[in-house]
Amino acid sequence: MSSSQVLLFVIVGKNEPLYEAEFHKSGSAGSSDSVTRQNYFVLHSALDLVEKAAWTTNQMYLKVVDKVNQQQVSTFLTAGNIKFMLLHGGRSEDSIKNFFNDVYELYVKLSMNPFYRYDTPITSKSFDSRVRAVARRYLA
Amino acid sequence: MSRAPSNILDRPLGGRGRGSNSSTEAAVSQSAFAYLYSELVQYHQSRVASISELERRLESSGYGIGLKVLELLSYRSKESKRETRLMNVLQFVSANVWKSLFGKPADSLERSIDHADEFMIVDYEPLTSTYVSVPSDLGQLSVDAFLSGIVAGVLDGAGFSARVTAHSVTLEEGETSYGSSNSSLPPRRDKAVFLVKFSPEVLKRDTGLER
Repeated sequence: MSSSQVLLFVIVGKNEPLYEAEFHKSGSAGSSDSVTRQNYFVLHSALDLVEKAAWTTNQMYLKVVDKVNQQQVSTFLTAGNIKFMLLHGGRSEDSIKNFFNDVYELYVKLSMNPFYRYDTPITSKSFDSRVRAVARRYLA
Repeated sequence: MSRAPSNILDRPLGGRGRGSNSSTEAAVSQSAFAYLYSELVQYHQSRVASISELERRLESSGYGIGLKVLELLSYRSKESKRETRLMNVLQFVSANVWKSLFGKPADSLERSIDHADEFMIVDYEPLTSTYVSVPSDLGQLSVDAFLSGIVAGVLDGAGFSARVTAHSVTLEEGETSYGSSNSSLPPRRDKAVFLVKFSPEVLKRDTGLER
């Protein structure tokens, strides 16, 4: 089943997604269109659950917020309430935690750029390549 | 001679896992900041027609800084925690934010008696107005509007939308600013009070969490 081979990572701001990336396990074929759309749907429908959970804890790492079929959605909230969400088919807590921490560091550095406005789409190519490198290191 | 510009994503953020050693943090001279700030104020002053417009512009200049300061300080504090309660986020602002921006925590944090949604942060020597003199025809202008913009940015980013305004309040009898760091200037006769008024839904959510 290709769903466990594809990881979907989305950074969501207050109104819209700010960054999206799909990570394919090396060697597997790319998934079909319908599976990809379903992934996005699952991830975005988990947003309500994230909102609800956000105010119950003061941790940044929210662990698994939603389980659909074999897929799980894990979330990380930054201090500015930017949501990092990862759709995966079951990965160890530690590797996901490390992944989120590294992406968090990249995000904070990106927001230090005076030309990057908070809560706007992230278009930096170097941010994209670094996130993919982090994903390859912890999730592949 | 030029060096290749380094990508901002490669530069170290400092703080996390290394212990905060203030001597390794980059410092900017106070006179450089005062000069830059006075130019900022003059820039906006020449483009507005009223005092409140000038204050609004200064506030929006500080807003973006508040958002970034929130993310940076939370990252550097090493523990992955966000503030979800109102009193905690105000403590965070008056202690951590003030300490990292001005080297000392805010002088006091008070809750208003008349309104449950108003709080006041008091600073006896705000950096922005130390080197600025306000002429009498500009009356009520407080150039600390820049700082209230920073506070508003921090609170908004954390999810506690608030209206923050800066007021210069004359010092009462017996209240003195503790040994002002700059003795070449005449002692200040007023303190800066930042009035924080939260939106109603923030209060509702916070009291809901109390149960």
